[in-house]
Amino acid sequence: MAEAATHAAGQGETRRDFLLYATTAVGTVGTALALWPFVHSMNPAADVLALSSTEVDLAPIAEGQSVTVTWRGKPVFIRHRTKEEIEKARSVQDSALPDPQKDEDRVKKPEWLVMIGVCTHLGCVPLGQKASDPKGEFEGWFCPCHGSHYDTSGRIRKGPAPTNLPVPEYAFLTDTTIKIG
Amino acid sequence: MSGEFNNKTIKWVDDRLPIFTMLKHSAVDYPTPKNLSYWWNFGSLAGFVLVIMILSGIFLAMNYTANTSMAFESVERIMRDVNYGWLLRYLHANGGSMFFIVVYIHMFRGMYYGSYKGPRELLWWLGLLIMVAMMATAFMGYVLPWGQMSFWGATVITNLFSAIPLVGDYIVTWLWGGFSVDNPTLNRFFALHYLLPFVLFALVFLHLVALHAVKSNNPLGIDPKGPQDTIPFHPYFTIKDLYGMGVFMMVYLAFVFWAPDFFGEPDNYIPANPMVTPAHIVPEWYFLPFYAILRAVPDKLGGVIMMFGSIIVLFFLPWLDTSKVKSGRFRPLYKQFFWLFVIDCLVLGYIGAKPAEGAYVLIGQIATAYYFFHFLVLLPLIGKIEKTKPLPHSISAPVLKGGGIPAGATAKPMEKA
Ligand code: HEM
Ligand code: FES
Repeated sequence: MAEAATHAAGQGETRRDFLLYATTAVGTVGTALALWPFVHSMNPAADVLALSSTEVDLAPIAEGQSVTVTWRGKPVFIRHRTKEEIEKARSVQDSALPDPQKDEDRVKKPEWLVMIGVCTHLGCVPLGQKASDPKGEFEGWFCPCHGSHYDTSGRIRKGPAPTNLPVPEYAFLTDTTIKIG
Repeated sequence: MSGEFNNKTIKWVDDRLPIFTMLKHSAVDYPTPKNLSYWWNFGSLAGFVLVIMILSGIFLAMNYTANTSMAFESVERIMRDVNYGWLLRYLHANGGSMFFIVVYIHMFRGMYYGSYKGPRELLWWLGLLIMVAMMATAFMGYVLPWGQMSFWGATVITNLFSAIPLVGDYIVTWLWGGFSVDNPTLNRFFALHYLLPFVLFALVFLHLVALHAVKSNNPLGIDPKGPQDTIPFHPYFTIKDLYGMGVFMMVYLAFVFWAPDFFGEPDNYIPANPMVTPAHIVPEWYFLPFYAILRAVPDKLGGVIMMFGSIIVLFFLPWLDTSKVKSGRFRPLYKQFFWLFVIDCLVLGYIGAKPAEGAYVLIGQIATAYYFFHFLVLLPLIGKIEKTKPLPHSISAPVLKGGGIPAGATAKPMEKA
């Protein structure tokens, strides 16, 4: 009806189409933007973000011992490594590693290994913190969930986990205290 | 409009809001193939279980607290102090397992009788969406009691998304609302666990709309040729469905009263501890086959893709199966591979419960390969090479020894006989 008329007039059709497309586009973009607050409300809230640093006194940890502390609801492994462990970690060829990284780049002081104790496969806590725990084929940590083996630097060596145990941001406040986060 | 109701009040309402006409159309007069077997009971049974889950769930929610410091205790309080709280919880926990048993049987039924084939493709799809929504609901429900399995199940499953390249970690943080599974996670899971069953309800409604548009399949897999091949839903199938519910209730309540923790994991009676993973974590039994597929692949992303793929492939079933004959009854070759496939799913379930080491790994990999081989190679191939048995003339024909009355014949409809 009206279309026939605008057809005859020529220009009308494209102008009306333009209005239609423009309105649809503005409406779509507007709706998408309005969704953002809802989506973002599910991201970590300010109080969750605020809780994100932990201080640890290293003095009581003897050589060859490990402790687990909590940071952001996750276990953080702190290990006072022995000479042999450090040597073992440093004597590996990069090419032997699924996720190549030098031991030197994973520690601030060679004897202190600090890393997040969450398996990079699907998030279990690997075993190896207690003396009686199985430590896997590379004498570091072993994740029993699906069988990932980590070495004395916390690097993945065997199993389904794709990457090394991550090193959190931390700093030495004194010689024997660190602040994680 | 209808004018079929004698009761004045019903008529008055129906003339303004035709719910009674709708009900009559879909639950009373609905013309049903008269040869449906007991395998056709599981649909209405699933709907019945959904109602039980929603009812028991709402009353549980009145006493449940979705906070990490109180959730475990609130469930213990339900078990010990709340009047009949133990009953509500055991009905709900075992109801979840029953729901999956019923729905899995319902799906295998559909596979055996080719119920996914045209014109029932959308009906099949809606069924699959129901299954996916059920899985999400059950997964989040299992997190609520905040035991060790709740916590570590939630951790492992949400971490699946971290396998997605680039954005994976952001997605997981977003799902958690923090840096690990914690209070924000428990809170949102409770909100969604409350919501999803009602979404499920809407999906079931659409499933039924689609069913009543294309009508029920039947054990012969051929269309009714006329009214002589169908009987009205009520009273014939209402009574048969009720009988099935009676039998079902005996099984269900036997678990609730005499083996309430049969499907559960003892570790879930230990409060969640984010610092210690239980030595042997397993998901609920209904996820085991999928868990086995996840673990069959030694690569993180690969495992996740295969696991989701094992569900996605079901959506393509209407096109992967190339046979023109629906019912397995007339497909001698398919029939055998169907049962092999059932066995394969059971093997996957068994492997999913075992630690991923030694022979279990190899068996899991073979069973996973066979799962996909069945859908991607066997189904298209069988349809091409199989010599199917001759189909009967009509649904009535085999019963009447070949004397079935063809469509359009003069005989009166037999349904009133
Ligand atoms: C599709 C339907 C549903 C399924 C499959 C389902 C599944 C589950 C499962 C598996 C659990 C864990 C049970 C346990 O181990 O203790 C659970 C817990 C729970 N569900 Fe549901 N649920 C459904 C519907 C609902 C609804 C509609 C509500 C109500 C709002 C609800 C409220 C709860 C509550 C409060 C708990 C925690 C108490 C407990 O653990 O027993 N559920 N659900
Ligand atoms: S979570 Fe550690 S191997 Fe899977």
